[in-house]
Amino acid sequence: MNKAIMAALVLTASCAGLSVASAQDKPESKPDKLKVGFVYVGPVGDFGWSYQHDQARQAIVKEFGDKVETTYLEKVSEGPDGERSIEQLARAGNKLIFVTSFGYMDSVIKVAKKYPDVKFEHATGYKREPNVSTYAGRFYEGRTIQGTIAAKISKKGVLGYIGSFPVPEVISGINATILAAQKINPNIKVKIVWVNSWFNPGKEADAAKALIDQGADVIMQHTDSAAAVQIANERGIHAFGQDSDMIKFGPKAQLTAIINNWTPYYVSRVKAVMDGNWASQDVWEGLKDKMIQMAPYTNMPDDVKKLAADTEAGIAAGTIKPFACPILDQEGKEVECKGGDQLDDGQIRGMNFYVKGIDDKIPGK
Amino acid sequence: MGLFEAILLSIVTASTPLLLAASGELITERAGVLNLGVEGMMLIGAVCGFAGAWATGSTAIGALCGIAAGVALSALFAAAAIGLAINQVAAGLAVTILGTGLAGLIGAPFVGENITAAPHLWLPWLTDIPLIGKLLFGQDALVYLSIGLIAAIAYVLARTRTGLILRAVGDDPASAHALGYNVAAIRTRAVLFGGGCAGLAGAYLTLAYTPFYAPGMTAGRGWIALALVVFASWRPGRLVAGAILFGAVSILQLHAQAIGLGVPSQLMSALPYLATVLVLVLISRVRRGGSVAPAALGTAFVPER
Repeated sequence: MNKAIMAALVLTASCAGLSVASAQDKPESKPDKLKVGFVYVGPVGDFGWSYQHDQARQAIVKEFGDKVETTYLEKVSEGPDGERSIEQLARAGNKLIFVTSFGYMDSVIKVAKKYPDVKFEHATGYKREPNVSTYAGRFYEGRTIQGTIAAKISKKGVLGYIGSFPVPEVISGINATILAAQKINPNIKVKIVWVNSWFNPGKEADAAKALIDQGADVIMQHTDSAAAVQIANERGIHAFGQDSDMIKFGPKAQLTAIINNWTPYYVSRVKAVMDGNWASQDVWEGLKDKMIQMAPYTNMPDDVKKLAADTEAGIAAGTIKPFACPILDQEGKEVECKGGDQLDDGQIRGMNFYVKGIDDKIPGK
Repeated sequence: MGLFEAILLSIVTASTPLLLAASGELITERAGVLNLGVEGMMLIGAVCGFAGAWATGSTAIGALCGIAAGVALSALFAAAAIGLAINQVAAGLAVTILGTGLAGLIGAPFVGENITAAPHLWLPWLTDIPLIGKLLFGQDALVYLSIGLIAAIAYVLARTRTGLILRAVGDDPASAHALGYNVAAIRTRAVLFGGGCAGLAGAYLTLAYTPFYAPGMTAGRGWIALALVVFASWRPGRLVAGAILFGAVSILQLHAQAIGLGVPSQLMSALPYLATVLVLVLISRVRRGGSVAPAALGTAFVPER
């Protein structure tokens, strides 16, 4: 029996090894080549979060050709595995490492202290070191455009919102949507369903069906698959794509999509390392810097298209502020306005309340 | 379409992949083999089913590819767990991990591709009957197939000689062997059947449920199917009831949220598992501590020579 168990374990281990196999050291590369590593939390094929990060990696290869050599590790779970993977990349000679999920935060800091000559870029974190930068997208800006479009398109005045987890990033998205929608239709309603997962296509589809069956005629999501767009298309209503342009899955349904576009940032950071002027920083960019972009506005009348484009331009120019004060919370109390005429970045990043007009409670509060 | 009707329809769709995968595992376990590889076999079925349908444009061929993939992976399990008498738990877990890796590898080119969803039956007049019309006469073919399958399983297990031999192999392989039955061959067939069902269950996800492919589509449904077999205490009738219950809870909690009932969604998601534990406790009490599992479940059988 012992031999048998060993055989099974070897089989198991060799499969688990598949995902990290790509990190094995390659033969010594020429010293003028910059080695860049990437750590993804999901599969590059999720057509969402990790997929978009990998698009940016490919763009780097395209931009710099032989001058760079990239390595990526996908489906790396947060925690001990994350730390080991980051360290492995550092030891393999990568001089710049993009670590693309919030949960790696402590691992990045720990490894960074051990490898002071390696530069780290951590997506959506808040801890920094002289050799650790942080960056994230202002996704709520895209939500403001979506809320505007949704309020114009919805005939019943009921929006359906599929949430992953009730974390500030998702909550601020819901609030930005409803604040923008209320400007068009003060009585707009939103029904929110949590699926407690970033990626579960079947459940996302069920959530979309439930919302449509209960009267929502525009579906929005803060989950990663194209299931909701597909269901909306099948049922003849409208929806928004998430992370990527999902028009393929809903040619008649998709109004637009928020696209996470990491390419310009990644290219600029690789260039900074090559030029020797990389410095630790905290970057939180949105429409203005094209870190988030909108997919083409489709399936809507021209006047709505124009309104959407104007909103996009307004946000990029800073004339439209998604969280412009005064903002009322659910009890109708005015929220303290720390950013002058709008909420400040800290308030947006830590948002944990619903604004007035949302007839629901944040789970666990 | 009324809300009640819509909810019933979604429950059927949510229950079908669970019922398919659990039906196969029921037969496997009745033959005394515990295959924890259901999740892996579903994943490989999902990707191969999609690939088949994508290449040929035919849902039926897709479904066959899904079944074939599930059978192939379960053959590997059978070779290890029955042929080499390796620990079944370890071999099953290895199959799930292998299936996950292979599915990712095979599926990489299919991410972002589109196929047409499995066609739904539509009978004029009948499908238009309010409330039950769509429920009875408006489903896709795989739903009817899964119902036929479990009915056939119930019949075979209870009424036929084949069923009797299968149960004998699961309860007392030594006696079955002494009577001249080839335990390994019968168990292997049961495992392959289970693999085919799991493969089809996976294919249902990519062909009918959400007609696209993405890695990790099954999202743990294979494990739910395993729990379902225990919940059903290895009986086909209860398996149907269990699948509907598990499907219903997952759909109803979404509706409860959308209505704004304020039920914690995490608690609702845990309900089927709590129910499984409760059912086991109740069964065990009725049986005064005895187990209803096939007596030789999970133990390898190597005939003495």
